[in-house]
Amino acid sequence: MSTAAQRFLQDAAVKSADLMHREVIRRGMDSYDAAHLKGRARIKDWEAARQKCQEIKREAINHLDRYLLQFEEKVIARGGHVYWAANSEEACSYVKNLAARFGVRTVVKSKSMVTEEIHLSPALEQAGIKVWETDLGEFIVQLRNEPPYHIVTPAMHLNRGQIAQLFREKLDPAIASDDPRDLMAVARRKLREAFFAAEMGISGANFLVADAGVIAISTNEGNGRLCTSLPRIHVVVTGIEKVIPRLEDLAVLWPVLATSGTGQGITTYGTLIGGPRRAGEVDGAEEFHVVLVDNGRSQLLADAEQREVLHCIRCGACLNICPVFRHVGGHTYGTTYPGPIGSVLTPHLNGIKEFKHLSYASSLCGACTSVCPVKINLHHHLLQNRRNATEAGATKSSERMMFRAWRSAMLHPRIYALGGWSMRKALRILYGLGLAGSILDPMRVWNRYRSPVPLPSESFRAIWRKDRKQDRRKNLGAN
Amino acid sequence: MKRKVSLFIPCFVDQLLPQVAVDTVKVLRRLGYGVDYPEDQTCCGQPAFNTGYWDEARPCAEHFVRVFKHADVVVCPSGSCATMVRTFYADLLASSSLRADALALASRTFEFSEFLVRVEAVTQVGATFPHTVTYHASCHGLRELKLRDEPLQLLRQVNGLTLIEMVRSEECCGFGGTFAAKFPDISGAMGNSKAENVAATGAEFVTAIDPSCLLHLEGILGKRQAPTRTIHLASILAHESRTNEAQKDESLPQEGP
Repeated sequence: MSTAAQRFLQDAAVKSADLMHREVIRRGMDSYDAAHLKGRARIKDWEAARQKCQEIKREAINHLDRYLLQFEEKVIARGGHVYWAANSEEACSYVKNLAARFGVRTVVKSKSMVTEEIHLSPALEQAGIKVWETDLGEFIVQLRNEPPYHIVTPAMHLNRGQIAQLFREKLDPAIASDDPRDLMAVARRKLREAFFAAEMGISGANFLVADAGVIAISTNEGNGRLCTSLPRIHVVVTGIEKVIPRLEDLAVLWPVLATSGTGQGITTYGTLIGGPRRAGEVDGAEEFHVVLVDNGRSQLLADAEQREVLHCIRCGACLNICPVFRHVGGHTYGTTYPGPIGSVLTPHLNGIKEFKHLSYASSLCGACTSVCPVKINLHHHLLQNRRNATEAGATKSSERMMFRAWRSAMLHPRIYALGGWSMRKALRILYGLGLAGSILDPMRVWNRYRSPVPLPSESFRAIWRKDRKQDRRKNLGAN
Repeated sequence: MKRKVSLFIPCFVDQLLPQVAVDTVKVLRRLGYGVDYPEDQTCCGQPAFNTGYWDEARPCAEHFVRVFKHADVVVCPSGSCATMVRTFYADLLASSSLRADALALASRTFEFSEFLVRVEAVTQVGATFPHTVTYHASCHGLRELKLRDEPLQLLRQVNGLTLIEMVRSEECCGFGGTFAAKFPDISGAMGNSKAENVAATGAEFVTAIDPSCLLHLEGILGKRQAPTRTIHLASILAHESRTNEAQKDESLPQEGP
């Protein structure tokens, strides 16, 4: 078992038994559920909107080369720069070198999961640069030295008491109140200093609009606009799959993203940026750089069966509805992208051997697929990942042997029937001796959380056969 | 006599929950269907398929297709196992020589409540069950076969039955096949959350169209010593008025999932 898998099992055991944690998550998710339902009701035909979003993303992904080049051309024409990063190292080096060239000492960041994926902040900090997360949730988890708990709501696992305590320890010991407005004011004052000091702002992008050559960002706190307009340099770090063909596509993608993400009709701020500040403009960065990160995405693009995973717009809806996420929480996954989309994507980005366990850590209930706004068939991709792991020889040989034996039995009805009968008989004897749950009990894992399964003396096929033999159907209710 | 129905009884129902199968037969016969149980059937292949062992699952699926190839219509008292044939055989048997037979069979295979309500337009089966019941929407039936209202339509027609709605009735119970064995702590926690929602209804019984959910929930409820028992939809529909019940053969268990 990989170390990531071992850690997952351990953390899952702890978190799923942590009732305090479950209550905090339940409360957060309940309010999301209510907002999400209300938001969906505002859209006249939600299924048609999902369908449209799926079609837009499918077109973009199927012609990724063309749309990315179109986007690049427009950005360059306006005086911006576009850098194609094959992997994390290339992306981080580009940003680090840029910072060195302009003597950057302070960076302000707007929320971006791709920068988490490539570990950009640690890379910059190693180069002696101070990095400030300016999204409130990201700011909080940064103070705690934690990764985001959730891709949309990074600090949803914390209550205001914990946040007040954190701010007292890290920012100002005089903080007396745990009123969210007071805490927000503390964060705002602190971050305002950072905004004025920073020479570089780093943002992500929710979409790259090909025909207009602009990036589109959805935010709620206003920090995104400060990051992208105050500092001298603006760097956009984003995945190549974020491109969409046309500006008009935002008319459906923006509201669908907001509805799926938070239940809002549209986020408070929708920002479009296409290049550096031009003559006569009053704000905007002097330098505008877009780093297009591949980091395994091209490989996924080459996989016709699973290509649609690149449709993801990172709304977080699949995390919110996932019963596994609700019980184990975001950090347990140990990955940049937790929840169903993370369990599908991570084995592709970070290796199937190390992360295949995530594809099994699902009951395959399909709730994720039912809410995905771009209609990614998430739970079927989990099945495909499992099959790929088996084909790559990444599963345990004992498990393979077990399924081979199982297959032999299932191809021979008599062996199957005899096997079932002996198993029931053996368990009845074992349980009769009071050995349920003991080391001798093959069902002990089952019995840890459950009472033993029923062990009828006759199988259905035995009842059926007897019934037919005696040519007497009253047992089975015939007239 | 109406059309002949071939029964697809999932392996674990055959071995552990035979009453569900017996009750399925009772309901179908009461409605006048001829019932056949092809005795060479074993498992549809889902455990291996879901665990990633498609090469091991494929011959089982092919065996299944051969056994049921000539059936007029196949009925299964499990949404999950019906889904395996209906939805996943197309993927599993994509390059099998039996692919065409599998696809044809898939179009004639139905979950029990789906067969009654959607195919045959039957909701009144003449059942009496004077108890409070809450309904758990099993995932595969709900999301793969889109069976949201069909089981409820049947329950609403049962004499004396009081249906109590459960919060989060559409959230997974945490069984998930090999998931329960590979991640027992998560599966157990999910089961306990479901059990809490069941308990909050105060119902005497929790029912579903999937015996696997009920097997898992029965165990969870048993461990918690909760008063609520599980019962499969077919077993509720098999119950007739009290006088008939007294005539039942003692060798058959009265209830159970």
